[in-house]
Amino acid sequence: MTPEDWLESARADAIRRDLPDLQAMLEGLARTAAALRNADWNDDASGASEPAPAAPPPAG
Amino acid sequence: MSGAVELPSLLELGRSLRAGETTSEAATERCLGAIRDRDRSINAFITVLADTALEAARAADRELRAGRDRGPLHGVPISIKDILDMAGLPTTAASHVRRDHVAARDATVIARLRDAGAVMVGKTNLHEFALGTTNEESAYGPVHHPLDATRSPGGSSGGSAASVLAGMAYASIGTDTGGSIRIPSAACGLVGLKPRFREVPTQGVVPLSASLDHVGPLCATVADAAAIFRIVADAPGLDGSLQPGAARGVRLGVPRRYFFDLLDDEVASAFDATCARLAAAGVTIDDVVIPHASLIPAAYLHVALTEAAAFHAKALETRPDDYTPTVRARLEAGRYVLAEDYLRALRACGVLRHEVSAALEGRDALLLPSLAVPATPLGAATVRVSGIDEPVRNVTLRLTQLFNLTGHPAITVPCGATGTGLPIGAQLVGTSTPALLQTAATLETHIRGGRGTAPRP
Repeated sequence: MTPEDWLESARADAIRRDLPDLQAMLEGLARTAAALRNADWNDDASGASEPAPAAPPPAG
Repeated sequence: MSGAVELPSLLELGRSLRAGETTSEAATERCLGAIRDRDRSINAFITVLADTALEAARAADRELRAGRDRGPLHGVPISIKDILDMAGLPTTAASHVRRDHVAARDATVIARLRDAGAVMVGKTNLHEFALGTTNEESAYGPVHHPLDATRSPGGSSGGSAASVLAGMAYASIGTDTGGSIRIPSAACGLVGLKPRFREVPTQGVVPLSASLDHVGPLCATVADAAAIFRIVADAPGLDGSLQPGAARGVRLGVPRRYFFDLLDDEVASAFDATCARLAAAGVTIDDVVIPHASLIPAAYLHVALTEAAAFHAKALETRPDDYTPTVRARLEAGRYVLAEDYLRALRACGVLRHEVSAALEGRDALLLPSLAVPATPLGAATVRVSGIDEPVRNVTLRLTQLFNLTGHPAITVPCGATGTGLPIGAQLVGTSTPALLQTAATLETHIRGGRGTAPRP
């Protein structure tokens, strides 16, 4: 799920639950999730790119 | 605002108690008098423990007269953030959600303070469930800054900071998940210590984010912070009293990139003046870089909100209207975070930990401002800084939250004031808490610049 898809889904659910105040928070989370996903330490299961040397082992 | 008067140190009070110059009962009466006189307007306390505090103070006096000395906190009046359990009392966390709560036993930290002879005058107001930096969202109303009632004392331990600044306690115990000890300490001109992660037990403390929560003191001096740390930490590793060493030869690194991008002009000036004083005293200061600093807010948001949402899930389902609307919205947002993004944020913590440790290599500490802006106006959603209107929460967390993600110990020391007398703080970050306290004690007078402590309201 991309951050854009996640945001659309979360927004719809928040409206369904009558929580309109969540919109700004959800937008912030989508922006920051995208930043975390674009970080240079992330793994690539295809092996096409290596994580940055500073990267610790994957959690779990 | 009134002129500068030094805040009383708890170690100084201890010396006076042992010299027979005053009594714990008299010191406690003074604190309770300040609460009676000023707390209607400041709102620092949720629960005042006048009778039990006076009883404990008299018992402390009797023990000292009988030759039983429990150490530096013996007979010292302190306040406790109302997020730590005290047996038989509600732990409200400043929320109606905990309206019916009564603690069955003391938090570990409280038990240690009681054994050390501390006199607890009351439980202080906070941002609801410690999820905010202004103290405005509290079921018990906002806390007002003792120097300017139109401003916030910072948060979330805002009642704690206000109580010390207003002379209602000699020190306070707070919690810090993104800066909640250091932010109000800086805003109120106090010393505030966030120890290294897991050094001070959080048992009996209402959690916000278990990976980021820390417990520590807000007080007048670095030596006071060390005295409290010695009592509440599992293995403090501090022997005897702190002996300030020579400033010459101390090495500090300043992480300018990212951290100085949003900085109030007066905070920047006070910080520059602090660096100049330190350099004149022989301290070596150079710039360091935290390469992934721009990802700090992303990592913080994903860890803090997700863990908070897990703790609050049941209450959010059963009594949602008992939360203040903004705190409820933050917690609900955390329930939408994907597990994969939470794990990425935890991995970011590891990367940032490595980068902070690398920046500390060959240096005694990092040095940066504690709070990017002076105490913010109550009711303000945004604050103008570096020509940009930024949300108050983002700006106030900006310089402190990294060290919750990495677990490094950090301490704020007053370093100046704005033209209108609002305090400004400088933050030192180290590898071990005992070494950091030693460095802070060595540099304290240079950081303060002969200004004494906070202006006393």
